[in-house]
Parts: sequence; C-alpha cells; structure tokens
Amino acid sequence: MLTQEANSQVAGSGQLKPLPANVPIVDIVPSKGWVSLGLREMWEYRELLFFFVWRDIKVRYKQTILGASWAVIQPFFTMVVFSLFFGRLAQVPSDGLPYPIFSYAALVPWTFFANGLTQASNSLVQNSNMVKKIYFPRLAMPIAAVAAGIVDFVLAFVVLLVMMFYYGVTPTINVLWLPLFLLLAFVTCLGASFWLSAMNVQFRDVRYVVPFLVQIWLFITPIAYSSRLLEEPWRTIYGINPMAGVVEGFRWALLGTDNAPGLIVAVSAVVATVLLVSGAFYFRRMEKTFADVV
Amino acid sequence: MSDVAIQVRNLGKEYRIGGPQKQFDTIGEQVSDMVKAPFRRMGKLMRGQASGAAELDEIIWALRDVTFDIKRGEAVGIIGRNGAGKSTLLKILSRITEPSAGSARIYGRVGSLLEVGTGFHPELTGRENVFLNGAILGMKKVEIDRRFDEIVAFAEIDKFIDTPVKHYSSGMYVRLAFSVAAHLEPEVLLVDEVLAVGDLAFQKKCLGKMDDVAGEGRTVLFVSHNMSLIQTLCQRGVFLQHGQLAVDGSVMDAVDAYLNTLEQAEAVGLAERTDREGKGDVKLVGVDIMQGEDAVTALTTGGPARFVFHTDKLVSRMSCTFIFFNHLGQRVAIFRSELPSPNDVVDSNLGPQFICEFDELLLLPGRYFVNVLLGGGGEWQDFIEGAVHFDVQPGTLRGRAVQSDKNVSVCMPHRWTTPNT
Repeated sequence: MLTQEANSQVAGSGQLKPLPANVPIVDIVPSKGWVSLGLREMWEYRELLFFFVWRDIKVRYKQTILGASWAVIQPFFTMVVFSLFFGRLAQVPSDGLPYPIFSYAALVPWTFFANGLTQASNSLVQNSNMVKKIYFPRLAMPIAAVAAGIVDFVLAFVVLLVMMFYYGVTPTINVLWLPLFLLLAFVTCLGASFWLSAMNVQFRDVRYVVPFLVQIWLFITPIAYSSRLLEEPWRTIYGINPMAGVVEGFRWALLGTDNAPGLIVAVSAVVATVLLVSGAFYFRRMEKTFADVV
Repeated sequence: MSDVAIQVRNLGKEYRIGGPQKQFDTIGEQVSDMVKAPFRRMGKLMRGQASGAAELDEIIWALRDVTFDIKRGEAVGIIGRNGAGKSTLLKILSRITEPSAGSARIYGRVGSLLEVGTGFHPELTGRENVFLNGAILGMKKVEIDRRFDEIVAFAEIDKFIDTPVKHYSSGMYVRLAFSVAAHLEPEVLLVDEVLAVGDLAFQKKCLGKMDDVAGEGRTVLFVSHNMSLIQTLCQRGVFLQHGQLAVDGSVMDAVDAYLNTLEQAEAVGLAERTDREGKGDVKLVGVDIMQGEDAVTALTTGGPARFVFHTDKLVSRMSCTFIFFNHLGQRVAIFRSELPSPNDVVDSNLGPQFICEFDELLLLPGRYFVNVLLGGGGEWQDFIEGAVHFDVQPGTLRGRAVQSDKNVSVCMPHRWTTPNT
C-alpha cells in the first residue's frame, strides 16, 4: 500500500466542485513479504498518536482510590522490600551508596520499562475493536502505550530527587546524559513491545509469557545488585541485556558511581537498536493479518 | 479518468477459517487432545502451515474477482445476503484489511464508518470523546475545534458534554457517536449499516445528513440490508453474491436482483436452506399459503388468507413472528404470536405448526415476501430471510374495488360520506 500525490486533476464535470490539487491517491494492493516501515504515514498520523497517548494517560488511574500515586507506590515499595531483604539481610554490595537509593534509582527506569512492556504487548488485543473497524498505522498502538508511561516515570523520578536530597547525594554534570538513558529504556521497551504485541495478535500465549518474562528480566537486570559483581569482559557482555545498560547509566548519571559505564551502555545501545528495528519490521510484516485474526 | 473516485480491479480476499470443531466422546479423549494439541500446532507452525493458534485450515473466498468504477459524487448502495462479501469489500477499501488479489485505487481522502462510536472510551467525557473519536476517524484537531459546536448541537446533548459517557443513556451515546462521524469531510465516505441507530427522529436526521453528503458531490459507498434506505440514498446499486459481482447498475436493478435471489432461495426448500441465523434447536421447514382450504401462490386483496408455518419439532415457549415485505424490500406489516388476543386459539393437538389467519387481506396487488423468525426457550431459534413469497391479485375490500399503486402497499376498510354533487 502506498500513498502518492496526484499532480494534476482536471476540474470535475458539471455541478461537481473541482478536486483540490494534490488530492491523495490511495493504492490498495496485496503486499508481499517484508514491507517498508511507513514512517511518513506515521508522521501524517502524529495527531492520532498524540490522542492515543493522551487517552491512555487520562484513563490510566480512573476509578482508582489512590490514583496517580500508584506510579510511585510500585517502585517505592519494591525498593523497601529490596532494601530489607537484599540490602539488610543478604548484605548485597551497593557500589558504596545507601542501598535504598541504589535500588530505587534502578527501579524508576525499570518500572517504566516493565509497565510499558505489559501495556504495549496487550495494546492491539485490547483495542481489537478499533483494529477491526478503523484504519490507522498500527504501530501507533504500542508506541502510545509505551509513551503514556512517561508520566508515571516523571512522578517516580520526582520521588527519586527527594530521596537524593534526603541522602545528600548531589548529581554531577553527568546528569545531562540522563535523557539518553531514558531514550535507551524507551527504545528497548518499544522493540520488545513490537515483537510481543504483534505475536499476541496470533498467539495469545503471549499474555501468559509477558508477566513471566518481566519477572525473569527483573532478576537478570542489575537492579537489586550491582553489575560490578561481574569481572570484565563479562560485565560488558552483560550489556546484551539493554536494561543493564539503562540501569547502570542511570546510577552513573544521577548518583555518580565512579567510572562511566561506557562499554556496557554501547553494547546495550546496539542491542536495543537491533531489537527496535527488527521488531518494527516484524510488526509491519504481520500487520496485514491483524484485522483478520485479532 | 479525472472523475473516477474509486477504481476496483479483480479484487479478491481469501479467509482461512477454522474447520469443524472436534467432538469428543469421553473426558479422557478430550484431555489427551488438550495435551497433544500444542505439539500438533507447533508442528504445523514449523511446516509453515495455517496461521495462529486458531487452527485455521479451510480457505474461503469472501470476495472474488470484483471489478467496478465509481465516479465522483456517486452514491452507491452495496447489497447482498449475509456473507456475500459486502463488509469485506468496505474493509478492504478502508484499508483495514489487505486484499489477497487484485487492486483498488481511491482518489481522495477516505472516511470509513463501519461502526458508530469505535474508540469511544467510557471513562472520558463527551467532549474528550469527540476529540478522540474525531482523530480516530481521521479529522485534524483544528477541524474538530472548528466543528465542535456543530457536532454537539447535532447530537442534542449540550448539557452533558462534560459528563463521562459511561453515564450516558445508550441513545445519547449513539447520537454523539454518529454526530462526530456525520461531520467527517472526506472525498470518499464508506458506510456500513450504521444508520439503524437511535430513535426514529434521530434516524431521520441522520438520513438527511447522509443525503447532504451525497448532494455535496462526495462519493458515498453504503452497505445496508434496508432496501428502502438504499433506494432513498443511492442512484446506483452493486449486488454481490457469494463474493462476486452479480449486478452493477441502477439501484432498482440491483434491488430487484437481490429480491429475486431471495425467491430463488425458496426453490431449495426451506428445510435445506443454510442461510439462516439463530440457535437452531428448532427450524422452520415449510410455509403453506392457503385461501380457504386450498394451497395457493396468489392471494386476493380483501379476500381471506391463511399462513401455516411448519417446524421440525416443538420446544418449550415457542413463538412465531413473520414480516411482510413489498417488492421494494420495504417492511409492510409484522405479526407476532407472542402478543396474544382473546380470539387466539391454543390447540394442544395441532402438532409442530403455527397457523395465522386473515379474514380480509389488506395488501394491495403486487408481490410480497415473508421473513420468518422462530423463538423458543426464551431464545432466538431460527431466522430466514425471504422464507416464502406470494402475489396479491386485485380484488375488492368490502365491496369497494381496490386499485394497485406501486408506491402503496396497504389498504384499509373505510366509509365515505360525500355531498351529492
């Protein structure tokens, strides 16, 4: 399917108003194999994407008692539990930082990632009614689900700032790198979401896989512990899990854990990009069957 | 070429559907199948067969080799029986699903209205939903801003615009949803059976709006089962049968052809017909039309008539409903056995049949067909479109000759007092 611009349109006959110049022409043909990402079309539909994000944010905490405080409660209480069991009881080393802030700085991007992945992988199935009745670039659905999590992230991040003040941790100039690490978390989440949401349309097994996957992923990411427990080159290889790069990046940028996690982040960035691009192409390839099988 | 809005060439769409569900005799067999099924599905997946976990093995062509052109400003009605491919055609043209073969080209922005209120979120207010739904239907924000007051006024819900729509009555909900859709301004509008919403007054308003749309030189493709609606709105008709284009011509020709196929379907014999809907515990197997004691195919205006509906068995709380349609496909009258009258008879020796008697038939001469709906056990059991048809010949009603009139279907007994002039 492609959209082209018609350059010349002869004025219509009789009572018809002439068509405006550059009227879009839509060609509908069966697609074969891999198709382009349709980024230009995605751009044309940016307003819809905005509305999807806006809707997800608006309805997220409707009819809940605690409302948006859930965005803080989740990572905060996980941090409390981690501090008690890993910090106090197991005496897990925390790069010389107070254990609560050490784990919370990791839990903030992690919660963004885990919630985004859960919401996005279910987004197409949840909105199956729309998928079956309306045309729009389907990629907008998981993208919106992930992007809506930014608000929660900001709320949890404010609490992180309060904690930093409480523990007397002053951020260094490295904090300027933080948006980049957030972007890395975003890209990772989006990449995994593209794969899972497209698969979920055909295989509802995904619904059972996601909570399980998130749980495993939590433990293979250095949230409760430090990646410094690993020797080089294993620590760099650990970056294959892009969330490891995100978490180490956050700690370095905010809490000033000594040397920059350059290599691990580089590996993570490459893996995340591969995940994103492959996921987007897989999604686009499966997209044509969505309306028929969802 | 400049006045073509939609060009469809050899368009086809195949669907994979699930084969018949397996029947199990024992729980043991069922459990063992549940254990084996994942391996069977994995195996199929490895061999690249079937799609998904739904075990889709059979292929059907929902649409096949359909070719037509539609000019700008034309209003075209798409008609056909259930499963003829009407909705599939609209889905392909609105790019919701891809064709399997052929191509289509559309000149201009496409707005499709396959369902009213898609994407409405119950937790959001009316105002928020107008913007969300507008964006989903392809409107720009500035466009919605500009037409917002118009949309709310059309829906007649000014007072509740800032209330979450979950508190709306279903009527208000539908009115708002339709109102958003009605203010779309694409060059090509695809509409699927969505006008049957809201109360009568609102329906009329919607119809007026649709007429305006067609009058403004925009192209409209309109799917409906309501033949009179199609004939009001469209000049041209496309009749689809089994996924193929059967008739493409004036709306009269297409509706005629459609009604004819309903008649032909009768030749199959009611018991064998498969184009029925409902739970199916009990089925309609025959309809006799009688005048006195004789089976006839033609009745007489003002004369007696008797309709006998035979079913294959009796179930509890059975009811029979039938509707007369005229040659234009317009509903003329409806009769329900579950609305009793003191003159009704309950006969425990009747057997599996319902009899409906008319002392004087109040139909004008012409051709009529009958849809029949059987209910039983509190559920909808069997529904057949065009179960039977019959002709009415000219006759007299209480001594007054009744003349045929192609735009009128019903006569009534009446009495004049006139001046002697």
